[in-house]
Parts: sequence; structure tokens; C-alpha cells
Amino acid sequence: MADGTHSLWYEFKKGLWQDIPPFRLVLGTCPTLAVTNSVINGISMGLATLFVLLGSNIIISAVRRYVAPQVRIAAYVVIIALLVTVADMFLAAKFPAISKALGPYVPLIVVNCIILGRAEAFAQKNPVLPSIMDALGIGIGFTLSLATMGSIRELLGFGSLLKFKILPGAWFEPWIVMILPAGAFLVFGTLIALVNYISAKKAAGTETH
Amino acid sequence: MENNTQGATGAGPDTGGKFIVSSSPHFLTRDSIPGIMHSVVLAMVPALAASVYFFGLRALLAVAVCVGASLLTEYAMEKIRDKPLTLHDGSAIITGVLLAFTLPPNFPVFGFILGSAFAIGVGKQLFGGLGFNIFNPALLGRAFLMATYPVLTTTWVEPRTVARAVDAVSAATPLAMMKFEGKLTPLMDLFLGNVAGSMGETSVLAILIGGLYLRYKGYINWKLPLGYLGSMAFFGGIFWLSNPAKYPSPLFHLMAGGAMLGAWFMVTDMVTSPVTPLGQWIFAVCAGLLAVVIRLFGGLPEGVMYSILFMNAFVPLLNKHTRPRVFGEGAKAD
Repeated sequence: MADGTHSLWYEFKKGLWQDIPPFRLVLGTCPTLAVTNSVINGISMGLATLFVLLGSNIIISAVRRYVAPQVRIAAYVVIIALLVTVADMFLAAKFPAISKALGPYVPLIVVNCIILGRAEAFAQKNPVLPSIMDALGIGIGFTLSLATMGSIRELLGFGSLLKFKILPGAWFEPWIVMILPAGAFLVFGTLIALVNYISAKKAAGTETH
Repeated sequence: MENNTQGATGAGPDTGGKFIVSSSPHFLTRDSIPGIMHSVVLAMVPALAASVYFFGLRALLAVAVCVGASLLTEYAMEKIRDKPLTLHDGSAIITGVLLAFTLPPNFPVFGFILGSAFAIGVGKQLFGGLGFNIFNPALLGRAFLMATYPVLTTTWVEPRTVARAVDAVSAATPLAMMKFEGKLTPLMDLFLGNVAGSMGETSVLAILIGGLYLRYKGYINWKLPLGYLGSMAFFGGIFWLSNPAKYPSPLFHLMAGGAMLGAWFMVTDMVTSPVTPLGQWIFAVCAGLLAVVIRLFGGLPEGVMYSILFMNAFVPLLNKHTRPRVFGEGAKAD
């Protein structure tokens, strides 16, 4: 991992493909499966997580020398809970419809393993600037993943994208399974397989060159 | 042992008077996967004929589309996975035919293709191909279609042999009438197949002909259909005896819905049923009980599909824990 040997650009870029949370790290699968039945829900959830991750990485990285290792998890959870409460209240005040659709999954960001994972694996050992790049990369990667899941499920399950009808109802019968939990698992598994397939192809390509 | 040696070559190879010591197996069978699969296809011809008779050429089109899509998916998946092509073994044909048999006659053509692609692609090839699939591929395809198109998979039409004024009349299946309206269908109609329902499931007579042919060929283990149907009749009978006005008779259970097709062609799937005798009894009896429970107390009128899929998941466990003790092995040795 980064101990000052990697560039800031690398810390940002790794979250977009190499360490993309739901597909490569298989972290944060709970919101990935639960709230991606439409694009807008996926993006909102991703952005809320990005906000909390950015804040927690900055604060934890800044206080990393002052927190006793024995109580660090408790301290991190308090910091994360503060940020989650801010995100939850902001959504409820400004976007009540989205807040209602996401339900308990916004407060549940507090136990999202991506956040605590990045705090443990990165922010507590690195200065603030790389931690910011790490949070941005992972957070944007997570948001894009949720948006991809949401697009596939909304397109097949409702025939629309962002509530805008794409597939005409005349010849397209919506696949109800796609907006059910079973559809989330099917899409998630297919995407993991696809990401692994492309990564394997890329790895094979770099080996032969 | 009798079962395994059916069609065995009998006398050993000519050894030229020498005594040859070799390791097992000493008996070889002439049965091959394509041979068995083609017999199964042949056994499904009566049910196919019945479905064409009752539901018209639409049934033939459905079977053709499902078989075509199944073969195409098998070809594509094996190409992607760099595996040898196994189109000739006929297992994809069976999956296609069985899937078509379990769907309503007026199901859209795209639905047939989608279901076949899921059945072969996810149900069979993703697990590693024939012999490695945990669930019966055709039933998995149907379960997927049921979740994908919940309305279309439960919209039925009267068979065309019922006199009527317009082209296609939507109708309730005997099981749905029993469950939601408390009406029973005459047993003779159920036996011949003159009722609304899935294309290849309605005619008990046609399925029985195919099933008994397979039993005659020795490709069906009698414990599985007997255990399944017997268990449905037994547990259905208990409820019937307790309250004949509310619950249907055991005969109705056996002849309505997918019980016959499931018992003869799906419970008996060699890949997804246990290999030990005790395991086979447990598998078949539990599946029959589940089907009755779902039919009488579940939200769905029919429980055959989920009962078999559910018990499929237990097959590895059953195989592991019902393994007969090897002769000479200690009681506690494991």
C-alpha cells in the first residue's frame, strides 16, 4: 500500500478500476444490492458514501497521531457517525423523496465496510493529501458502480433510465425480476464476472508483451 | 448391482486363455450419454403430441424455439469457456423441450428464448456443464421466467378442444380453480389433458406413456417417481381425509398441474438427484411433501417446480450423509 511511494494520481486512479469497491474488493455489497433498483437511488447512495468517506479520511488522517491505537476503532466510528448524521439530515431536508427511497441505508453507511476499511487500510497510515485522493477515487468508483448496477436494473426492470422511458412498452415487457432482490444478485454476479474477465485478459496481455 | 449391469457385455473380452488381473470396472455398459438423452427425447414425444393436439401448432413452435435457443446458448457458452462442444449429447434438447412443456401456450416467443438462455447459460454452463449443475436447468429457467414475467407465466388459455366462440379464451388451471374458487375439475379431463395449463403438463396419459417407456429402458430409478407421487398422494390424502370438503383428493393432486411431468422427467434427472437409495427416498418423499404443502398452504397454486428445486439444493448433503458403509469399515470410521 501507499507509504509515500505512490503518486497522488495513483491513489486516485486505483479506486476506479484496480480496487473498485463492490467488484474488486467486494466491500459495501449491502447498499450495492439493496438500493440499486434505479439509477437515481444508486447515484444518491454513492454520493452520500463519497461525502462520508471523504470526511472520515480527512479527519482520521489528520488525527492519526493523537488517537491511541487501542481505542482507534471506537474513535473512528464516532467520527463516521457524525458525518453520516450530517448526510442523513441533509438528504432528509433537501431531498425527502430520495431519503425515503433509500430508507435505512443512509444511516447504515456508518457500518459500511468501505469507510472503516479505508480508515484502517489507508487514512490512519497516510498524510491528509493522499487520503483525500484515496477517498475521491474509491468514492467515485463506488458511485459509478452503483450507477452501473442501477442503470442495468432500471433499464431492464422498468424500461427506463432516470425515470425517462427508453424501451417502448409496446414490444418490451419489463423484467420484474431485475427490480427484485434476486435481480440484484444476478446483475452483481454478472458484473463481477465481467470485471474479472477483463482484468484477466489485461493481465494476460501485459504478460505476453 | 443388477441395475448397473443392464446392457453389459456379459462375457468378458477374449483373453486368449490368459488370466488377466485388472482393476475395476469389470463390467461395461453400452449406455452412453447421447443414447440415454435420445431415449428421453423419444419419451417426450407423446407429451409433445398431446400438447400439439390440445394447444395447436403454437406448442410445436414453442418447443422448436426453446430447443433452438438452448442449443445456441450451449454452443456460445462452450465457445467462450474454450470447452469441447457437447451439442450432440442431446442434453440441451431435453432442457429446451422440458422448459417449453412447463410454460403457458400463449407465452411470448422472446420469453422462450430468454428462459432457455438462462436455463442453459446460468443453470448449466456456469456450474461447469452437464453433470455439474446443482439445479435442474429447465426448472431454473422456468423459475427465472416466473420472477421475470409473473403475469405472463400465470395467464392460461383453454385447450382448443373445448368448444368456444372466440379464438383464445383465458382460463384458470385446475389447481387455481381448486385453490381460489374451490372448484374441482373432472378427473377424466385431467387424465387426458383436456384442461388449461402448461403445454406439456396437462395430459397425464401421454406423460405416463413416456415415463413407463423410460422405466422399461432402465433409465429411470423407480424409487424417485414412486417416492414423489406416493408422498404427494399420502400427504395430500391425510388432508383430504381430515376435511374432504376443503382439500382435494390424492388423485387430483397426482393428475393436476405439473406433478406427473415433474415426477417422471424432473425428479428423475440423473444429475440433480441423489445416488444412494436412502438419499433417493428422502429426496423424493420430502419433495412430494413440499409440493403438497405449497399447493395447499402457499401463496401459489402449484408447488412442483419449487419443491424439486428446493430439494435439488440438498442433493450433495444427502449424497454425503446417506453413503452406505463400505464392507469391513468400522461403525465410527469416517
